Amino acid sequence: MNISIKKTLLLVSAMMVLGSTQVTLAQNALDNIQKSKLIKIAIPTDFPPYGFVGPDLQPRGLDIDTANLIASKLNVKVELIPVTSANRIPYLQTKKADLVIATLGKNAEREKVIDFASAYSPFYQAVFAPKSLNVKTFADLSGKTVAVTRGAMEDQELTKVAPSNVDIRRFEDNNATVAAFVSGQTQMIATGASVAANVIQQNPQIGAEYKLLLKDSPNFIGVAKGEDALRLKVDEIISTAKKSGDLEKLSQKWLGRSMGNLPE
Amino acid sequence: MNVQLDLGAVFSEWPLLLKGIFLTTFMIVVSGALGVLLGCVLAWMSSQNRGAQRAIASLYIEVLRNTPFIVQLFFIFFGLPSLGIKLSPLAASMLAMTINLSAYSAEILRAGIESIPKGQLQAAKSLALKPLQTYTNIVLPQAFKNTWPALVSQIVIVMLGSSVCAQISTEELSYAANLIQSRNFRAFEAFFVATVAYLVLSLIVRSFLDRVIAKLIFKDTHG
Repeated sequence: MNISIKKTLLLVSAMMVLGSTQVTLAQNALDNIQKSKLIKIAIPTDFPPYGFVGPDLQPRGLDIDTANLIASKLNVKVELIPVTSANRIPYLQTKKADLVIATLGKNAEREKVIDFASAYSPFYQAVFAPKSLNVKTFADLSGKTVAVTRGAMEDQELTKVAPSNVDIRRFEDNNATVAAFVSGQTQMIATGASVAANVIQQNPQIGAEYKLLLKDSPNFIGVAKGEDALRLKVDEIISTAKKSGDLEKLSQKWLGRSMGNLPE
Repeated sequence: MNVQLDLGAVFSEWPLLLKGIFLTTFMIVVSGALGVLLGCVLAWMSSQNRGAQRAIASLYIEVLRNTPFIVQLFFIFFGLPSLGIKLSPLAASMLAMTINLSAYSAEILRAGIESIPKGQLQAAKSLALKPLQTYTNIVLPQAFKNTWPALVSQIVIVMLGSSVCAQISTEELSYAANLIQSRNFRAFEAFFVATVAYLVLSLIVRSFLDRVIAKLIFKDTHG
């Protein structure tokens, strides 16, 4: 027993040493990608319209299109790795993925463990309503009904900015909020881009569209800490794609909205 | 444990709470009255010898008594709009409570009606009372008296059950408690206040029904 524990400990520490050496040595992700002609990109598959599984069982969405765009500009093949919100950063830290393109928001905690390349797409909470409804400013919400999920970020934002005579109907969860909007019980819905895209896609008869922005938190591309060469290359590709309108096209295609001014 | 009870955080949202208490009371007053009234009609229908009336009444009662309240509520609020019937959260809640209560009170009243001796009905007939007159003057007051405690309990149950109406954004008491706790994360205090409010409301409803309404319906009935 004792021996096996010692052995295991030895093995583990050996692995840790090896692992850490790899991390300190491997500042050459870009070289490896170009040598192997393959880039591994972590993408979401449970987060429409950014990443979801299509009827053909293949992942699709804005993040997947962005991943393909980057691979084609690098002139390499792409291997898509499905990740969840919780494990996308570990995939990057352990080099199982070269890039993470999975609705990753930038914040101080994350910047300690990984690096961020440019933002590539907007993520936001907003008010959505049918095209026929004339809503251009928050004042236009007056006297109208809005469905929102109680306690969600969009509830807090909407409560802050909406005029006092807006009928804000708060529901228990996203499903009830969506049901209220889809069944016509409310004129508008305040929700995240992901939920809204689903609603718009599955209920074309409503003709819902983006109306007012509540909160913006754009998505960034994640790169392993210290992989500056790769990060700069990705920045360059994204910057070109912004100028050429390729990214704008993706935003229109998947989100039905302009990407707006994304931070570098 | 370093948790402090901060009821002030909940009471500072008193307009929400007050509105919630008012709406819960309003809903049970309206749907309590309408529900029991409809229950009388249903009990009348199911005590008739005509097959069609009985069949309709028993179908209505069985469907409503054997499906969950929340499903009935969701059907009215989320389902009916596709048939072109769009009700506000408050109207949908009161409609759901009314039809739910009507089915249960019809069954409770039916038991009271069956307990009335046949001789009384024959006596009424021999006094040339019409069936409807017999029902409203002889049968119903005694049926109410015999089943009153069960009816009162059912009304209180429906009032407490109205807490699920928060799910369709009716701004009643539970909705207020939920909203307050999602704003200040004082779940214990918010639900503690809601619990006390429900308890007090139930006691008030019970004693109001027993002391005021009961006297109106069957004050000089000897049954």
